[in-house]
Amino acid sequence: MIHFVILNNRQGKVRLTKWYSTYSQKERSKVIRELTGIILSRGPKLCNFVEWRGLKVVYKRYAGLYFSMCIDQDDNELETLDIIHHYVEMLDRYFLNVCELDLIYNFHKAYYILDELLLAGELQESSRRTIARLVAAQDSLVETAREQASLLGDLVKQAM
Amino acid sequence: MASTTSSIMDTLFQRTLEDLIKGLRLQLIGESAFISKALEEIRREIKSTDPHTKSNALQKLSYLSSLHHFDMSWAAFHVVEVMSSSRFSHKKIGYHAASLSFSDSTPVLLLITNQLRKDLTNPNNEFEVSLALECLSRIATTDLCRDLTPEIFTLLSSTKIFVRKKAIALVLRVFEKYPDAVKVCFKRLVENLDSTDPHIVSAVVGVFCELTSNDPKSYLPLAPEFYRILVDSKNNWVLIKMLKIFAKLVLLEPRLSKRVVEPVCEHMRRTGAKSLMFECVRTVVSSLSEHEQAVKLAVVKIRELLLDDDPNLKYLGLNALSIVAPKHLWAVLENKEVVIKWLSDEDPNIKRESLRLVMAMVSENNVVEICRVLVNYALKSDPEFCNEILGSVLSTCSRNLYEIVNDFDWYVSLLGEMSRILHCQQGDEIENQLIDISMRVRDVRPELVRVGRDLLIDPALLSNHFLYRILSAAAWVSGEYVEFSRNPFELIEALLQPRTNLLPPSIRAIYIQSAFKVLIFCLHSYLLQRESTASSYPDTLALSELASKREMPEGSDLATFKAPSHSEQDEVFNPRVSNQSSEELSVGNGGDRTINHGQTSTPVTSENIFTYEAVVNQLNLIELALGPLTGSHDVEILERVRNLLCFIELIKGEILESLVQKEENLNSAEMKSSKIIKLMSDAFSEELGPVSVSAQERVPIPEGLVLKENLNDLEMICGDIQLPSSISFSLVSTHYEEGVGASLPDLQSKEELEPPSEATSLLAEHRKRHGLYYLTSEKNDIVANDYPPANDPKLQDDQNNDTEDLVKLTEQLLVSKKRPNQAKPRPVVVKLDGDFVPVSAKRPGPKDDSLSGAVQEVLLGNDTRTSTSRSNPSDKSSSKRKGKEKLITDPSSELNENLGDAEKLDHENPSSRRSKHRTHGKERRHKSPGKIREEREENGQKEKKKSSHRHARHKTRQRADVPLNVVSETPVIPDFLL
Repeated sequence: MIHFVILNNRQGKVRLTKWYSTYSQKERSKVIRELTGIILSRGPKLCNFVEWRGLKVVYKRYAGLYFSMCIDQDDNELETLDIIHHYVEMLDRYFLNVCELDLIYNFHKAYYILDELLLAGELQESSRRTIARLVAAQDSLVETAREQASLLGDLVKQAM
Repeated sequence: MASTTSSIMDTLFQRTLEDLIKGLRLQLIGESAFISKALEEIRREIKSTDPHTKSNALQKLSYLSSLHHFDMSWAAFHVVEVMSSSRFSHKKIGYHAASLSFSDSTPVLLLITNQLRKDLTNPNNEFEVSLALECLSRIATTDLCRDLTPEIFTLLSSTKIFVRKKAIALVLRVFEKYPDAVKVCFKRLVENLDSTDPHIVSAVVGVFCELTSNDPKSYLPLAPEFYRILVDSKNNWVLIKMLKIFAKLVLLEPRLSKRVVEPVCEHMRRTGAKSLMFECVRTVVSSLSEHEQAVKLAVVKIRELLLDDDPNLKYLGLNALSIVAPKHLWAVLENKEVVIKWLSDEDPNIKRESLRLVMAMVSENNVVEICRVLVNYALKSDPEFCNEILGSVLSTCSRNLYEIVNDFDWYVSLLGEMSRILHCQQGDEIENQLIDISMRVRDVRPELVRVGRDLLIDPALLSNHFLYRILSAAAWVSGEYVEFSRNPFELIEALLQPRTNLLPPSIRAIYIQSAFKVLIFCLHSYLLQRESTASSYPDTLALSELASKREMPEGSDLATFKAPSHSEQDEVFNPRVSNQSSEELSVGNGGDRTINHGQTSTPVTSENIFTYEAVVNQLNLIELALGPLTGSHDVEILERVRNLLCFIELIKGEILESLVQKEENLNSAEMKSSKIIKLMSDAFSEELGPVSVSAQERVPIPEGLVLKENLNDLEMICGDIQLPSSISFSLVSTHYEEGVGASLPDLQSKEELEPPSEATSLLAEHRKRHGLYYLTSEKNDIVANDYPPANDPKLQDDQNNDTEDLVKLTEQLLVSKKRPNQAKPRPVVVKLDGDFVPVSAKRPGPKDDSLSGAVQEVLLGNDTRTSTSRSNPSDKSSSKRKGKEKLITDPSSELNENLGDAEKLDHENPSSRRSKHRTHGKERRHKSPGKIREEREENGQKEKKKSSHRHARHKTRQRADVPLNVVSETPVIPDFLL
């Protein structure tokens, strides 16, 4: 299974983390520090796998962003690379030519997409179209809720 | 009123998440200041009664928590509040925050059970259900799982695919936390394997893949279902998981492998996806390695990977090769060139992987060549990889008591060579091996001493602190086995060369002690030789020895040439005599003696280097070199130096005299000094044998010895002892200062004089109090070094054998403590016992046990084929439930068994026939689906009896089943397998 997902940029700034195994807050920041160090220090033409604490970390760089996933020793590295690519494609489709700024300002959206892709550390949806549809549906739900909220806000303003 | 207005103000002017992020990026007031200000705001806003404000604050908080790692456990209650909001957008934020921040120990978890239940059963909004499921998959605890199992069970057969697949994925966590849920949910989970929807199948297979990897045995009965998916599925994600499952199952049930190998190879050949292909390869090499054809095919594929340009594939190819290596070494040997080529790849991971493979190739026959190649690579590599190479060479060669090393002379010289590699940081390991080999392998000692000498004699090595441990081993070896040395004098000089002051005190003490041993050996040989010459050629001696020293028999030419070169280091002590110092000295010192006694000049042949002059030279050299150390701060050094110098003091007079009185006294052999020397050399030549692990336990504790007594009151005694001892130290140092310290500046010696008395006394006190720690923390050889001081006085009266034995015994015990696995000696390599405790297979934890127990119970009814569930400790309630379960399942399982038995009887013949005619493979494959279906029919019948509400589905399946005549040929393996 996938133990965690980390997104960081070339400067080591973390853009997204998702933990499927239990790590305390302290461990989390330690893991991130350790791994970004290892990954950023690796050159461009090297393989995308790093052995780490008896687990394997599969990472891939897209533009300035590194996507890393930590998997078990006997999990399939290439499959994990595919999952990463899958996720990136989905982000790309959702944000239309995704860039780092999109992820910075819509970090919760990136989470929601990831939640549709992975559950409990397993890939749960391999169809891009389905995920796009699901995310869009939820977005519209949120949108209606927000409209209602702003309506309420307007009412309050008028009352004042 | 004020609070409501403030909340309204908050609502209107609240910073949104976007504002927060923008502010963070602008960093007008610095990141930490900005964040603490934001946190302050959040703390205020989150208390707001307006759900919008509250959820917004929570969203900001979860942003800061997930990316800046701020603790948000304090907001747990607010998270619960937002979760229970009726608005989807708020709920979403709340659930997200919960899955981010809750852990098993979060107290508010107790509060959310009902909320979760409500959301899980929400009929209108499937997205709310999915939110609850997602969140549960992260935070579910045993209690939550127990309480929500019914809801999850219902969702497992939800008509909404979107919900059902998430419920399935969640089951993994539920089983892990609450194994009893298996009884409720497992059947339904298995049913989902038959689903026509690919998403569902993918989710179930994912769950089973995880379950199987933890405890494969319990899921063997599901092999038919898995097999069907393996053959039918077109989805690569699913196939990869399926292969993983079978990789585990096949190991447990060899018969399964015959069935699986064909489809796996088929996938391997056909697929275009590298990930699936690699998974097939890995399955074959790890689990199906006895199928020649499959392995051959896999090796072909591995070679493709190895030669690919993509570093990922290269890495995985090497990875797969290292899995195949233990069973099919030919596969590695076939790709030897490629593997060695990747040793110089730019990627450290690939290098490491290929190094692993190269080490796997090592055998008795090629160890020499491979080590040669590797050491050459080590010379060229960066420090890190260089050490990895050296480390793996060391560990491979020492594996299983140097199993693969035939030529120890070669290995020892390799060790010497390795220690000279610039980046070598394997000092500890090389040290251990040098000493280990010296103790185990008698025959290699001469070579070992030679290697040790080469290391000791090189002054350049003394500046590399990674080598200190190796040097200490070399020093110990050359002291312990000095009898194999060609030129012991040279050793003394090497051991006392000025640059040794770069060494740490503990190692320097070893040097000094070794010098002591060498000296004793020299003196002893000298005496022996003198006695023998005295008896046979009473007139022959001194001059001839001078000559012999020049001629240097045997290989000692080298030694003489070496000697000047390193006597350069003596410069400090004899500033005037540089290059020729040792020779000149010998001439100078011995000159007049030779004249005095030079009656004859009969050339003495053979290795007669123990001349009078040489001995006297050495005595002088030692005094000169060690004199300054009598003021050392280090107690170990101080003690050893004093031993050595006192010893010289003791014998020197007589040695010098002895020549004068030679004619009269020689035969009498009653000289005190020669007796002492003899005793000492006896003491040193006693070999330290390996000691069994259990030796210490076998020694009875002497009566009256209280080991656990509190030693606090020792302070009193120590206080008494302290004063005299420190005085004696300072006395000695002054004495030697006068005697020898002429070459040293007074200031320095004064400095050394004062503090040492204080420091050493402190040290002595500390040592006395914590003697235990001193002994264990020190090196083996130091332990051996403790020997002489303890023995010195006792040796004077040699009747005192008992105490000596005791000393020896304790020493051996100490040795055994250091290297606890020595035992029975063997002719060549001394064997150890207790070295290879077979590591028992990894036991699943108690939780897995109970989980697997539950699974097996469900799968097999009460017919527990494995003992796992029997040994499963279960509390009363669960055992009660188990009882009920039994009652329910009994009839069906009986039926099941009967059927199975009947079939077995029926088909014993066909099965044997099948095994003879292997050519019917194709036919068999055709039949297999039919058989599986029939298998499922059985399941269906079983389930029909128990659960009535799934009736219809099973009926339709039954109808689709093939005619009975297929049944008569199918089962080869017992019914629960294929």
